Amino acid sequence: MSLFEIKNLSKTYSSGIISRVNTNAVKNVSFELKEGQLIALVGESGSGKSTIAKMLLKLEKPSSGEIVLNGQSIFDYDAKDYYKQVQVIFQDPYSSINYFYKIDRVLEQALKLRNAELTTDEKEKLIKEALSKVGIDADEILGRYPHQLSGGQLQRFLIARILLIKPKIVIADEITSMIDASSRAGILNLLLDLRDNEGLTVVFITHDIGQAQYIADDIIVLKEGDLVESGKVNDVLTNPQHQYTKELLSCVPSLYTKWDLEN
Amino acid sequence: MQNEELILQIKDLKGYYKGSFGTVYSVDGVTLNVNKGDIVAIAGESGCGKSTLAELITGTPKPLLHYQSGDILIDNFNIYKTPSDILRKDVKTKIVSYVPQASLDSLNPVLKIIDFISDVVKERTGEKVAKTELVKFAGDHFERVGLNRDVIQKYPHELSGGMKQRSVIAISTMWNPKLLIVDEPTSALDVSSQKKIIKMLYEMKRDGIIESILFVSHDVSSLSQICNKMIIMYAGHLQEYGNMDDMVKKPLHPYTNLLMNSIVSFDPNGKHKEKLESISGSPPSLKSPPNGCRFNPRCPKVKDICLEKEPPLFEINDENRFVKCWLYGEGN
Repeated sequence: MSLFEIKNLSKTYSSGIISRVNTNAVKNVSFELKEGQLIALVGESGSGKSTIAKMLLKLEKPSSGEIVLNGQSIFDYDAKDYYKQVQVIFQDPYSSINYFYKIDRVLEQALKLRNAELTTDEKEKLIKEALSKVGIDADEILGRYPHQLSGGQLQRFLIARILLIKPKIVIADEITSMIDASSRAGILNLLLDLRDNEGLTVVFITHDIGQAQYIADDIIVLKEGDLVESGKVNDVLTNPQHQYTKELLSCVPSLYTKWDLEN
Repeated sequence: MQNEELILQIKDLKGYYKGSFGTVYSVDGVTLNVNKGDIVAIAGESGCGKSTLAELITGTPKPLLHYQSGDILIDNFNIYKTPSDILRKDVKTKIVSYVPQASLDSLNPVLKIIDFISDVVKERTGEKVAKTELVKFAGDHFERVGLNRDVIQKYPHELSGGMKQRSVIAISTMWNPKLLIVDEPTSALDVSSQKKIIKMLYEMKRDGIIESILFVSHDVSSLSQICNKMIIMYAGHLQEYGNMDDMVKKPLHPYTNLLMNSIVSFDPNGKHKEKLESISGSPPSLKSPPNGCRFNPRCPKVKDICLEKEPPLFEINDENRFVKCWLYGEGN
């Protein structure tokens, strides 16, 4: 059975007072997620990837369509119950954390989402374990403020937070775009480890086809709100069927082949 | 050091940021020769001096960045010994042109592109050109670089990000500069717009509008599509310089090697099985860079000498390659 089902999802934004202008950000998108699946949503800007993420996180209400988690519509879940199961990592780690507080607070609050009553020692042990799994030295960063850490460190830190909450699904929205190219592989590897070792299901949203290819099992290609092609990463990216996917892939620079710039 | 075959010669260039925060040794002794006709990639992690190097080459670094010492010759003009009015009117038009980072936002939002061009022309030549003449001059140039001539009659907000970037590049090349320096022209754009910009640069060079390019970017996959040479900057030092393809396939400097192994790049032939690795640690603070080789705290092949003495730029003769690493000279 699918863990997460997205059925005929649409979102229309309206603007203007006198004459209303409707923008169809997402049009009739359906897909399913099985436990432990790592699926990439790719597309250029304006393709609707982030709107889908917002709806999956209950931050936006769909105009029509359903999102079902474990057989129940996500809008019927109590917020706390829902966010125990579905968590997110955003693009900008600095704006994901309240910068007036020390970063320790983020992890302490994450532990509150767990039901278990924990002693201070147990909490400390869990936090240290989670941090060491993401390759951060706890003594080095605990007690610091977000601005004192680099983007890469903070993004790793937020992955440690996910480890503490132990959700079923993580939505990763452009998590490497503010990180130096030389540190991206490490972040992607951590996400792969989470899937392999913790059985996490991941929705990986990106504009970078190379990252989608590296990390995902399945891929969904979006264009202006439409799902244009989906399937196994290797099938879609080596043998695209839809004209848009073909055009998109022809524009992606690769270290392994060269463009014919004469044509 | 006059040399007819070189468009750019840099000798022991030093440029530091100075302010109440102290001194940041951002470009600290870079030596480099660029042949006429080369398209040179400047790559490396953020904060390693790529953009600072580009800015220093233009001869007019922005406040806080100070030229310290060294020589820069562009087409045999010694940039820091040229009087500023000549630099502004003759050199930074016909000889070298610079498209800084995020320059697509430098268009004036309340002026049509053509009125912006009018300001640029007045500033650069000191002459007031008749509007009709200017429209023809600019329109012809936009067409030569593959844009529609109607673009000049638009306001910036009517153009997409990619089109703004291409307009800025078109404006920067109106006087056919011999050397064009572009800093991250493709970042923050969709891949289809990125490809158009790379194609535009390629065609401008092919059609003789420009002769050589310095292309600053952190995206080696994009750089490899157009550049024939590559410079790797790390912590204010030029670490390796050579032919693009050789450096991608066979990096010599340990830093270049780690950098190439950390790049997540699309392969149209299918998924790779091997895992990529990040470079552990982060670049040093350039306020107090490490002694010796600046990569020594992160280098897997570090030796005693690396901690004490800064390596010179060793020339690997048969490969046309320069490497700033003790593994490639003296005692090896």
